Formats: sequence, C-alpha cells, structure tokens
Amino acid sequence: MSELVVEDLHVQVGGQMVLNGVDLRVASGEVHAVMGPNGSGKSTLAYAIMGRPGYEVTSGSITLIDDDSNSVDLVDLSPWERAHAGLFSTQQYPTEVPGVGLENMLEEAVAAIGGDRSAVEAQVAAEAELVDFDPDLLYRSLNVDLSGGEMKRSEAVQLGVLRPRIAILDELDSGLDVDALAAVSHRIEQATHEDNLGVLAITHFSRLLTVLHADVVHILIDGAIAETGGPELAAQLEDTGYDPWIDTRAESPVEIHLGGDPWL
Amino acid sequence: MIETQFTPDAAGAIPGPDWLARRRVAAAEQVAAATMPSVEEEVWRYTPIGQLDLSRYQLAHDGGGTSTASVPEHSAMAEASNGRLGGVELPAEVAAQGVEVRPLGEGDAELAASVDVDMFALMNAAFSVEPLLVRVPPGVSVEGPIVVRHWLDADGGAVFPRLIVDAGADSSVEVLELYGSADISAFISPVIEIRVAAAARVGYLAVQDLGPKVWHIGSQVSHIGAQAHLRSSSAALGGEYARTRLDTHLSGRGATGDLISLYFGDGEQTLDFRTFQDHAAPDTTSTLLFKGAVDDSSRSVYTGLIRVRPDARGTNAYQTNRNIKLSEDAWAESVPNLEIENNEVHCSHASAVGPINSDQLFYLESRGVPTETAERLIVAGFFDEVLDQFPVLEAVPAVRNRLQSKIEGLGHRGVDGETGS
Repeated sequence: MSELVVEDLHVQVGGQMVLNGVDLRVASGEVHAVMGPNGSGKSTLAYAIMGRPGYEVTSGSITLIDDDSNSVDLVDLSPWERAHAGLFSTQQYPTEVPGVGLENMLEEAVAAIGGDRSAVEAQVAAEAELVDFDPDLLYRSLNVDLSGGEMKRSEAVQLGVLRPRIAILDELDSGLDVDALAAVSHRIEQATHEDNLGVLAITHFSRLLTVLHADVVHILIDGAIAETGGPELAAQLEDTGYDPWIDTRAESPVEIHLGGDPWL
Repeated sequence: MIETQFTPDAAGAIPGPDWLARRRVAAAEQVAAATMPSVEEEVWRYTPIGQLDLSRYQLAHDGGGTSTASVPEHSAMAEASNGRLGGVELPAEVAAQGVEVRPLGEGDAELAASVDVDMFALMNAAFSVEPLLVRVPPGVSVEGPIVVRHWLDADGGAVFPRLIVDAGADSSVEVLELYGSADISAFISPVIEIRVAAAARVGYLAVQDLGPKVWHIGSQVSHIGAQAHLRSSSAALGGEYARTRLDTHLSGRGATGDLISLYFGDGEQTLDFRTFQDHAAPDTTSTLLFKGAVDDSSRSVYTGLIRVRPDARGTNAYQTNRNIKLSEDAWAESVPNLEIENNEVHCSHASAVGPINSDQLFYLESRGVPTETAERLIVAGFFDEVLDQFPVLEAVPAVRNRLQSKIEGLGHRGVDGETGS
C-alpha cells in the first residue's frame, strides 16, 4: 500500500501565500475529494503536489510512502521525478502541445522508467477503447483541437497506460458532457479497485461526486482544510453551499473597538 | 571600391555565350565600383558582414567530388560541384514533355533581364560559371521533383550558383535544391529566380546543410503571375553565416505566394532572413511562416516587409515569425513590417522570441518525461507545423531527420522555471 502525505503545506504563488497549512493523507484505493469555493487554493494544491514551477513550498512537506513503506520526499523533486515516484495529475484546462502526439509522449515516459516503449501502442489502443476515445484522435497533437470531453478521455488513456499510485484530478468535470464524465469516472474507479489507485479529486461542485464516489471529503477554505468528513459532507454542501465554513473563519478577524463605545 | 580578384577581366574570362559574357562584365564593373555592405544599412543590421573578407576566397573553377545527400525519387536531376555543373539527368519521357534542365545558352538572352537585389547578387551575375535553367512548357505537369544538388569541397572557394525556374502558363512543377559541403572554408552566393506564369503551380524547397565554416549569402526573386501559385520553402540548418533574401512579387491578379521556412542554429552560427512580400496586383494572397530555434551561442535574424501597392486592393497578406531561444547565450531578432497603400486589404503580422513554453514542458514532465526529452519533443513539435506545409513531400523525411539530429544535440538551455520548488 502507498500513501500520499501532505503535512502543514504552505505554498506561495507570485509572492502571495495561497496555502496556509494543508494536511491530507490519501492512501491507495481511496478516493478523496477536496472541495472549496473559488480562490480557496484548490488548483494551487494540485499544482504544488505535482511540482509546477512557480508554486513555491515555503514550509511543510509532501511525501509519498511506497509499497515497501519507503518515504520519498517530493518537495525537491522535479515534476517528472514525481511522476516516476507514482504521481499523476490532470489539469482543468490541459495544455496544448503542438506537434507532440499522445503515443509519442507516453513512449518517452515509459522508456524513461525503463519500460517497453514498443508496448505503448497496444496499451493506448486498449485504454482508448475503455473510455470510448475516438482512435482517430490519438494521432492529433496533445490537447489540440479536442473538446473538453475528448481531452479528459485522453487523460484517462494516459492514466491507464502510466498506472500511477496517486492521481490528482483538478476539476475533472469542468467542460465535460455527461457521457464523457461517466466514462472517465468509471475508468478511474476501476483503477482504484484493480490497481489500488489513490485519488485526490479537486472540485468546486458536488456534481462530480455523483459519478466518482468519494470515501473522504475535505473542505478547503482560504488555503487550509476547514473540515474533513465522509460523503455526507458533500451532501451537506449541496444544501448549504460554502457559507457555513466561510462565515466561521470570517468572524474571527473582526476587530472590536472597546474604547469607542460610550456605554462601556 | 572593392579590390579583389573578382574583377571584370576575371568575369570576362568565364566561357559562355556572348550575351552572358557581356552581362558578366557589366555586372563585374558594378561590383568593382560598389562599396561593401555594412551593418550601418538597415538590411545588413545585426549581421557579421563586417567580418567578410572576400580576398580570402578564390573563384572556384574546377568541379570536385559529389554530394552524398540523399535524393528522393525525382523526375530529373542536376549535379553541381564547386559551382560547376556535372551531369544532368533528364529522362527521355520528361524531355519529351518539353521540359528543359540545362545551362544557359546562346538563345537565352532574354533571361538576362533580372534584378540584382544586392552586391552579392551582382557578384553572382558576374561570376556564375554555369547558370542553370529549369523550364517547363505551358500546360505541362512534371511528376516528381526536379532536383539540383550542390556540393562544395574547394577550400577557400567562392561559388555562385544560379538557378532560373521558368514555369510556363498553367504548368506544374516542384524543384528541390540541396546544398552541402565538406568541412571547408568557402563562400557561396546563390541566386534563384522563379518565374511562375499565369495559373502555373510551382513548389520550391531549398535544404541548406553546409559546413560550419561556410558563408552563404543568397537571394531569391520570384514573380507570380495571374492566378498562379508559388509555394516556396527552405530549411536552413548549416553555414557559419547563412543569409537568404527572399523577394516575392505578386505581379498578376489573384496570385498566391506561400513562404514557409524553418531554421535551427547551434554552435556559433548566424542565420539571417530578409523577406519582402510585394503585392503589386489586386486580389493577391501571401502567407509567410518562418519558425526558428537558436541554441548554444547562435543567432538568428528575421526581418520582413509586406508592401501593398496602391493597385493591390483585395490583398490578403500574413507574416508570422516565431523563434525559440534554447540557451542563455543564443539570440534571435524578429522585425516584421507593413507598408500598406490600399485600404481594402487584410494584413497581419506576428512575431515572437521566447524560451520553450514552460506550460508545455510542465505538461510533458508531469507525465514522467524527463526535462531534456520533453524539450526535444516540444522543439520537434514546434517545427511540425512548418514541415507539414513544405512542398516536395518526398524530401521532407530527410529534412525531418537532419533537423532531429540537430535537436538531439540540444545542450543546456535557459528555460524559464526549470524545475519545481
């Protein structure tokens, strides 16, 4: 069993603190959802874990504990080293890479960890079928001229070929039609059962959780986890929105001016 | 006043038809009276032209070895060595179509009336030993490219190849020029004239893969007639200083010119391009796409001008130049210009110089592709758009391979935000 452990994570972006002490543990086979309003630091969390340049960890740790209980400190690793350690991430708006094909990229990724690049073509074909990804689109440049649904199917194909330990899914449902969301979610859940994949799904809306079933739900407010609970937390969120959590935090900084009150 | 061995007497001594001899001497006299270009002139700005010492070079007279550059399947082929034409291979069935591939002769005096765009084009007019003519009669379509393969191995040689492509009305032809050299010091100044008569279709690709001590100062002048289409392209890979000036005149109504080039500099190379899209007739279209990469301490210069003359209403003209800077010490200059004298036109230009896109790099790295491999994939992908638009499809795989070998040598670059944290 492996586990992603995030402890007291502080992250600065463009000179501004965005994450102010995030604690999370995602074990293999589990699906965790991180939910939060706009600006709460959801995408920053995803990028910081994957090591995107510009997302500076000022304190705290990101660790991957592997099957043999070895701890790998990820903070000083480049994104590709983190990928080799077993991380995978999907982006809300996947970057277009003109002139670079899906298979091309996966062959290099597989070869870099000593895998068999000649096996990639067949794996891609099999994975494409699992998520109903049009084989004609396999030959396009990465994310170029693809719809939102096609991009996420493409990322599910990548996940299927690369077989990571932990997948971080940033707003998986954004721009997806119902069919694509179902196909991609189904493939990810299958991976949690068959390959013991651990999932950290970052989402604004609980819609995603109707198809991708979370074991644990975290609420992220102002760059820190405000509450952690079971799936019922998402249901509660559906009713109340984020207000209950935002209010508790908003009350504390209110200043009380004792000296200005004539009755005291 | 330029004092070199490139004198009118030397020009007059080159064998050839009388009209050509007269033209050579006249051009050589102009050369002798000219002053060397300098970086003070806008068109020579950013260049190492001040380092050029013509007295180091001797006019090459004798053919040497031949190129081993791979040649795709072709309809005809001419081989040149140190500027001297060797064999011309023109199969009977192609000759039977009326296609000519031969040196200029007695009857070609009307081809003398070309414009020499700079001092080096004049030198070419004076010292081109065997100008080559590729002529396709009206209405004839040539199957497969006509290949001209150049080889230089005379150390200290000066070579002035001249190619005239004369495509008759409603004809169709593709021409591939390959330039290669031994590891020598040499000076080559080619001139290419392309005449595309009404409704003709011409594809041209030059693959410049000269050695690292060769200076290349070339020019290409094209005239595109009514409803005709020229697709002119180049891959500039070699040379110490390699410059091409590209003047494209859209002379007939409805003419189209597509100009597509890639360049890759490494080591100490300077690659230099000056383009001129001249819209002189109504309803003409030109598109230009130049993409380059500079590694190590190489440099590239792109300056381009679109001119729309007063009569050229309905012009569509586009110019795009993008450059990737792969090392801290590399340097790329990109200067697009528009000069529009008619209101009914669509024109745009775009230019960019920057490092490898860090978002693309992150995407590939986040999949487990190591940084240097990811960079090579992105740079190769960057050029795909150009390779996809090249004419002479048969030649593209070899260009792709040669480009890839330069990309494989990609050293330690200056990428913005190289690793996380």
